[in-house]
Amino acid sequence: MKFGIVINEGPYQHQASDSAYLFCKAAIEKGHEVWRVFFYHDGVNNASKLTEPPQDDRHIVNRWSKLAEEHKIDLVVCVAAALRRGIKEENLASGFRISGLGQLVEAGIKTDRLVTFGD
Amino acid sequence: MSNVKKFMFVNRKAPYGTIYALESLEVVLITAAFDQDVSLVFLDDGVYQLKKGQQTKGIETKNFSPAYRALEDYDIEKLYVDKESMDARGLTEEDFLVSVTVLNRTEMGALMDDQDVVLSF
Repeated sequence: MKFGIVINEGPYQHQASDSAYLFCKAAIEKGHEVWRVFFYHDGVNNASKLTEPPQDDRHIVNRWSKLAEEHKIDLVVCVAAALRRGIKEENLASGFRISGLGQLVEAGIKTDRLVTFGD
Repeated sequence: MSNVKKFMFVNRKAPYGTIYALESLEVVLITAAFDQDVSLVFLDDGVYQLKKGQQTKGIETKNFSPAYRALEDYDIEKLYVDKESMDARGLTEEDFLVSVTVLNRTEMGALMDDQDVVLSF
């Protein structure tokens, strides 16, 4: 099955990004495809390369970059939501790209299931 | 894009206090621009999004409620309100900025079941 993922909450503050990551990993292990992950609302904060968690904690941002590289997942950050929150090209972590809300709609159209993580 | 899917946006939060309602509206308008079949649902505190007479000066936040009136210009005419949520907050259809269809939980469930994509904000 082809999945699209939407993440609406920021890292560490909320479990949404963790749950989405674990869902993606499990889906891929089962042979499914994760076509695109779309970051919206505070979810755009998952794309900041300035993120520095304590050493003994998971690195949520780098974890997404690695998963995207290994499985060719398209990580898209909403431009309007990002600019509001100070996320720009210059502080974008690897594997992420900034684009418009049309990419979210396209994910809804082109995937078999669009799964949302957030409140 | 040729294929049309049924997109439902479920609005559950009060219009101010968090940005969910405003950013939901932004996705709704884009989805309509993609010529998809769009429905909007208002439940829980989301019913307040449609309340007439919103005044936001005191919180120095933009009053975006006029945008709900503009939805029909984008051919978005399927607006549904959850009856229980409306009743629980002492609201009636006359309190809303736009005309809506009021559904009970069973009807709402059936409508949700009929969608291809459900996004909840």
